Amino acid sequence: MATQTRYAPDRGLTVRMTATMFLLGLVFVAFVALIIGIMTAAHASGASIILVALIFGGGSAFASLFFSDKIALAAAGAREVSPKEAPELHGIVDRLCALADMEKPRIAIAPARMPNAFATGRNSKNSVLCVTEGLLYHSGLTQEELEGVLAHELSHVAHKDVQVMTYASLLAIVAGLLVRFAFYSELFGGGRRGNNDGNAALLIPLIMLASAVVYAISFLLIRLLSRYRELAADRSGALLTQNPSALMSALQKVSGGMNQIPTQDLRAAEPLNAFYFAPAMKLSGGNGAGSLSAIFSTHPSLDKRLEQLQKIQRELGQPGADPRGIQ
Amino acid sequence: MGFLDTLFGRTKPVQPKLDDLFGLPSAAIQLEAAMGFKPTGSGSVSFRAPEGKPFADIQKEVLELLAMDDGKPGGGLPVEVTKDTYGYTWLVSNHMSDEIEALVTDLHAVNSALVDGGFGPQLLCTLVAFTDDSHRRLSLVYLYKRGTFYPFAPLSGNNRDNALELQAKGILGDDLRMEQDLTRWFPVWGAPGL
Repeated sequence: MATQTRYAPDRGLTVRMTATMFLLGLVFVAFVALIIGIMTAAHASGASIILVALIFGGGSAFASLFFSDKIALAAAGAREVSPKEAPELHGIVDRLCALADMEKPRIAIAPARMPNAFATGRNSKNSVLCVTEGLLYHSGLTQEELEGVLAHELSHVAHKDVQVMTYASLLAIVAGLLVRFAFYSELFGGGRRGNNDGNAALLIPLIMLASAVVYAISFLLIRLLSRYRELAADRSGALLTQNPSALMSALQKVSGGMNQIPTQDLRAAEPLNAFYFAPAMKLSGGNGAGSLSAIFSTHPSLDKRLEQLQKIQRELGQPGADPRGIQ
Repeated sequence: MGFLDTLFGRTKPVQPKLDDLFGLPSAAIQLEAAMGFKPTGSGSVSFRAPEGKPFADIQKEVLELLAMDDGKPGGGLPVEVTKDTYGYTWLVSNHMSDEIEALVTDLHAVNSALVDGGFGPQLLCTLVAFTDDSHRRLSLVYLYKRGTFYPFAPLSGNNRDNALELQAKGILGDDLRMEQDLTRWFPVWGAPGL
């Protein structure tokens, strides 16, 4: 059967994500090696400290992963809603789950006025999809746009993003703990072992320096990974609903970007252009790729997201773009 | 989803399974014998219409495919295209109530045309409607991605007749692959062709 699909895989995104995860692992390995190296040089035993840090860090990360749905719901003050209470919301999610062949998460509504949505939970069985009242009632989203947002969140569930990000930040947590333990063990245990004081005095600033560098690097890498996961969720969500335009307009509405689309005729606006200095500056500043705020952000800039969705929009317009494509 | 797909945040489009549809005629006989439910003769295919031009072509092609039956004596009745409130497109095929096999063939033809055009992942469900002498309504919904059926018996005011649905599930268990996970029996209120 001449079955074809129009889903083109985004290899670039996969490559960038792999590179980020590889770097994150590399930083962690290098950090552990560095700690062990420093400890050995100071004739202190590092193995037990590393083990304790792993157990503590792993334990706290696992707990936050295990209770992620309850923690997030409690933090947002959200309430789970039954199909009877929110039939339309459930209806949209029902259909999206049937299309994607995935288990339906629980649905919750948070009372916040800010339009937003999140999905959390350690696996598909324990996932919760939460939307704010602001998104449902005050954001002016059409049903299609709301569906786009929900599809984006469902993609997070399907991609197990809560798990992936927990494991990714586990490295940073353990690294941070290692530093603290090393610091205290040097402070309290080092003297008794009879090391000379000069050695220990040198050790602590060294470890603090290493920790700062490792923390900074892994923080940036985790944020980078988070942005790639967002792009991946946008992509999967748009492909699921087959309606990237709705997601695009939802993104613009939710992030207040609707104001960027000029309502005034260009010719009429032209003479006034000189007065539009601030908005023009703001636009190029928000453009993002090179700006400082962009590398600290958990979400890609609006422009990046819209750009990707526009690409999908074009792909959907072409039949049989990649017959063996998966994604 | 595989490990790598999770790692890279990819989603594989799920291809539908179509052949199970042909179990419907024998299931219809079972339903009539055991519960007195007869096919109403209407069935529908629901799918997600993507943006972009090619889909308009597919839609036209599907309609032509179905309309061809009109030329044959005793062939199909007109097909309606409707869009529901959730933004899904429904193709409703209407036959006489004793023509369940022709109906299933039509539905399968629609599905195959969509799958061949690369739109398999967008298929949502196929629905065949039944009714009994006291005008209770029951429909069998086919989930492509799972390859399973589930019953949907709407009552007035967005309620469903769960007892009837579970009864139907028990009776049809031998003829059709029924969806065992009840959380996937999502309601299709007001579906065209119901």
